[in-house]
Amino acid sequence: MSDLNAHVVIIGAGHAGGTLAALLRQYGHTGPITLVGDEPIPPYQRPPLSKAWLKGEADADSLALKPLEFYGEENIDFRPNVKAVKLERAARKVKLSDGSELTYDHLVLATGARAIALPIPGADLAGVMFLRTAADAEALKNTVGPGKRLAVVGGGYIGLEVAASGRALGAEVVVLERETRLLARVATEVLSDFFRKMHESHGVAFELGASVVGFEGENGQVTGVKLADGRVIACDAAVVGVGAHPNDELASESGLETARGVVVDLEARTSDPHIFAIGDVSHRPMPIYGRMFRMESVPNALEQAKQAACAIVGRPAPTGEVPWQWSDQYDLKLQIAGYAFDVDEIVVRGDPSTGKFAVFHLKGDQVQSVEAINAPPEFMMGRQLIGNRKAVNKTKLADPSVSMKEVTA
Amino acid sequence: MAKITYIQFDGTENVVDVKPGLTVMEGAVKNNIRGIDADCGGACACATCHVFVDEAWTEKTGAKSAMEESMLDFAENVQDNSRLSCQIKVTEELDGLIVRLPESQH
Repeated sequence: MSDLNAHVVIIGAGHAGGTLAALLRQYGHTGPITLVGDEPIPPYQRPPLSKAWLKGEADADSLALKPLEFYGEENIDFRPNVKAVKLERAARKVKLSDGSELTYDHLVLATGARAIALPIPGADLAGVMFLRTAADAEALKNTVGPGKRLAVVGGGYIGLEVAASGRALGAEVVVLERETRLLARVATEVLSDFFRKMHESHGVAFELGASVVGFEGENGQVTGVKLADGRVIACDAAVVGVGAHPNDELASESGLETARGVVVDLEARTSDPHIFAIGDVSHRPMPIYGRMFRMESVPNALEQAKQAACAIVGRPAPTGEVPWQWSDQYDLKLQIAGYAFDVDEIVVRGDPSTGKFAVFHLKGDQVQSVEAINAPPEFMMGRQLIGNRKAVNKTKLADPSVSMKEVTA
Repeated sequence: MAKITYIQFDGTENVVDVKPGLTVMEGAVKNNIRGIDADCGGACACATCHVFVDEAWTEKTGAKSAMEESMLDFAENVQDNSRLSCQIKVTEELDGLIVRLPESQH
């Protein structure tokens, strides 16, 4: 059923959309490809924005997925600074913010997610920032420096990466978290404690259980973060990292099925056979866990770009992958495989005080997820165990003197 | 600039000029050379930029860090000359470098 001359319109030029455009050409698609993005630059990697890039260790060139010339050479019509505003499914048309419209054979929604704003007074003051785009990162980089006071609202991975980069740039950093521990929604207490201690040893201050009720400012510029207990934490800039919301309005307004994102199948196809959704915006099946969910990670964007590309050109569907993600803070590498669904036991392998350990999340004797700190073998083998559903010997798993190869043998 | 030859598993050769300072992985990705996936973008987190360094160049490309060694330990078809190409910084001295790509990175 595939037509290599079909017009593929990709809405969203992030990691998912950019990768899909390149994969389609790699897989032999000869028809027109239009890549529509609302940012001024071609697709780039977002993960370094809070890490190497913020610290000045990577430049714009190294962020780009492909150089700008690539799109011309591969005959991909890349349209920056423009958004899709309306989808007319019956006519297979999408209207753009510049007044033009595109007719598609296949439409791919790769619109990503946006940072959630806090609905509190002062949130619109200058210096209250997010970190989602290269422009956000540039603004933050220009604000943070030696002697500057940076308040980070939200003790999740983005917040902690910004905190680490802020310290590397010489700023004073305080992290304000509503829960009583860091990474409360995504990690175990072992990891929360480890990260708090590590950041404290690098000079980051924490206010846990702190409810932020507003931002204070002077002349339109933020000067402090106000807490529910009445205290005001003085700052020159504040970064809000409290989660993201899928940009699924285009889909829902046109009647496509949505849940916590645009509902898709394992080909990344939505409830309309001519429309796909990939990356952060999609709500996808995850067969290993027998459920659907929305992920925000580069490996997921890549996997779904592959699924959609294969479906469009008529290749067999790619083998399913075990989801994973990573984070860099200071000289530490965190690698996470899987998601901790339906977990009934936790096995810690190694001693957190050594800065090298892994937390395994088990359901019965199967591994559901692993968080590995400076521990690639635990990550790599853990990822395999999640994928092959093999039963593990918990005593061996908990004993770092038994190699991971032996644990999985 | 350093000339780098990337040889695909099927024998296809791509010769490109790579700017010193970039990594061997970035040189491939920016020149649209297939076979180096580099899912993590160079964070030494995924082992999908695995290459075999031509024997004549193994010394010049330097030593592996413990992290790289550890990641490689779990990649497929690893040989003595295996490297993660995101961990090899291109310098003028690497002008002429030849790397071969494995069959698959996934």
